Amino acid sequence: MSTDQPGRLPDAFTTPGSSSFLDFLSGHAPDLLPSRRASGHAPAGVVPDAPHATTIVALTFGAEGVAGGVVMAGDRRATMGSMIANREIEKVFPADEFSAVGIAGTAGIAVELVRLFQLELEHYEKIEGSLLSLDGKANRLSTMIRQNLGLAMQGLAVVPLFAGFDLDRGSGRIFSYDVTGGRYEERAYHSVGSGSVFARSSLKKLWRTELDRAGSVRVAVESLYDAADDDSATGGPDPVRRIWPVVAVVTRDGYERVPDDELAAVVEQIVAERSGTGVPRRGPAATNAEAVPHDQPHDLQGPTSGGDAE
Amino acid sequence: MNMPFYVSPEQLMKDRADFARKGIARGRSVVVLAYEDGIAFATENPSRALHKISEIYDRIAFAAVGKYNEFENLRVAGVRYADLRGYSYDRTDVNARGLANAYAQTLGTVFTTESKPLEVELVVAEVGRTAAQDQLYRISYDGSVADEQGVVVMGGQADQLGRVLQDAWEPGLGLADVLRLAVRALGAGGDGEEARTIPATQLEVAVLDRTRPRRAFRRISGSALEDLLADGDGPTAAADAATDDAGDTTGDGPATDEG
Repeated sequence: MSTDQPGRLPDAFTTPGSSSFLDFLSGHAPDLLPSRRASGHAPAGVVPDAPHATTIVALTFGAEGVAGGVVMAGDRRATMGSMIANREIEKVFPADEFSAVGIAGTAGIAVELVRLFQLELEHYEKIEGSLLSLDGKANRLSTMIRQNLGLAMQGLAVVPLFAGFDLDRGSGRIFSYDVTGGRYEERAYHSVGSGSVFARSSLKKLWRTELDRAGSVRVAVESLYDAADDDSATGGPDPVRRIWPVVAVVTRDGYERVPDDELAAVVEQIVAERSGTGVPRRGPAATNAEAVPHDQPHDLQGPTSGGDAE
Repeated sequence: MNMPFYVSPEQLMKDRADFARKGIARGRSVVVLAYEDGIAFATENPSRALHKISEIYDRIAFAAVGKYNEFENLRVAGVRYADLRGYSYDRTDVNARGLANAYAQTLGTVFTTESKPLEVELVVAEVGRTAAQDQLYRISYDGSVADEQGVVVMGGQADQLGRVLQDAWEPGLGLADVLRLAVRALGAGGDGEEARTIPATQLEVAVLDRTRPRRAFRRISGSALEDLLADGDGPTAAADAATDDAGDTTGDGPATDEG
C-alpha cells in the first residue's frame, strides 16, 4: 500500500471513479485477489491436492410470476482425491439480498471468489445507493471467473452457478458459467459439479411449471439425493450427524435459507418413499426414471450410501 | 497591496479555521441521537439521491455537513477503507474508531499542509450490542476528534439546535420520540427565525438499528416516516410501523436486510 502522506488515507481511496471493489482491489492491492493469492510458483502441470466442492442444483418456480422465485441447493461434501475432506462444507451462499451463488470446483479458491463477489455487490450498493440489475451481477461474476482462467488451466477451476430474483421482470433466473467466464442463461433448472449429470436427469423428470416453493425445495433435495446416489464425490443427507443440504430460496422477499427441520422432514419423506417401507409410491413426484429403474427399492443401505468412504 | 512576508502560525490557522467554519455554516444541520435500539440520524434534505447520511459497513454509518463533493469523497474513501479491511481480516475487525482515526488524519493533514482546508464536519457512528457499547465520533475540519455521548449536532445552527436537544434528550427514548425531537430541533431555526414544521418529504432520516442481524443501517422514508412523526403514536406502535419501509423505492430499503 502506498500512501503519499503518512497516516492519511491513501490516494487510491480518495480517487473518484469506480464503484467496483474489484477494480479498486486490482489497482490498490492486487495481491489480495483470489487469482493472485493462490498462484505462487508451482511448476506448470502439477495440481496440488485441494478439497473439491461438487454438486449444485438450481431451479425456478412460479409459472405465473406471482409468487415466483428460484431455489438453489448444494450437498455438503468436499473431497480430496478419494477421501472425504469435509462433511459440512457450505457451497451455497447469499450473493446479496436477491441472489444466491453456488460453487463447484476447487473449494479454497471458490470460497474466496464468493467472498469477493459478495463484497463487490455490497460495495456497489453502498457507493451508488442502488442495486445492480440481475444481469449486471451475473456479468460481474463472469469477469471474476475470467480472471481466474490462469489457475483454471492449472487444474484449479471454479465453476459457479448464479441464481436470483429479477426485480424488473418479477421472476427467478439462473445463470451458468464455464471456466473462461462464459455466461449462459438457463431455462427452468440447471446443475453443476461432478454429480450434475445425475442431478440434471433427475431435475428433468421432476421439474414442472406448476411447482411452488415447497415443491421446488423437495425437487432440489431429491435431485441432490440422486446425484449422491451415483456420484461418490457428492454427499447424501446425513441423518446420523443431522447434516442436511444447504437449500436457499430467493423470492421478491429476498434470500432465505430453508431451516434444518423443514429439510429433515423432506429428506425423511424421500427416504421413506424410496425404501418402500413408508408411504406407497404414487404420483409423478416419486417417479425417477434415471435413478430408479422400475419400482424396486434401490437404496437398502440408507441415505448416507452415496459415497465410497462411508 | 503587497503580500506580507510573514504570517504567524496562529494567524494562518485561525484564517483557515474561519474559512472552513463559514463554509460549513452555509449548509443545513444534521442531528444524531442515540435511542433505545440504536442511533438515529436526521437532516433537512429535499434530495432523494444526494445523501448526507450513508452506510459505511455492517454496524457503521456516516453523516456529514459542508461541501458535498468533499464529504462524498471522504464517504467513498471510508467505504473502501472498511471493505478492504473487512476483506483482508474479518468483518468483525472493522470498527468506527479505526475509521474515525483515518478521517482525522486525512482532515488534519489537509488542514495543515494544503492551501485550502476541507469544509466538512463528520460523524462516524457504530452501533453496539448494547447502548453502552455505542460509539459516536465527531470529526472536525481540522482533524480534531471528539468522542460524543448520546447527542451530536453539526452544521450552521449547531449551537441553537444543541440547546433544544440537550434539554429534551435522555437515554433510552424510543425511535418515534427521538425522531420527533430531532425534527423539532431542526425546525427551531437560528436567532430570530420563526420555528417551522418540516414535512416528512423534506427530511432524510436513517437509523443504525441494533436489533437487525448483520447490516444495521436502514433508511426511513415515505409513509413509515410519517407514521413515526405523527403525534399521539405510542412508541411501540411507531416502532412497528418503522419496520415497514414501503415508501423507499430506491432499493436500499429492503436490500439492506441481509438474511
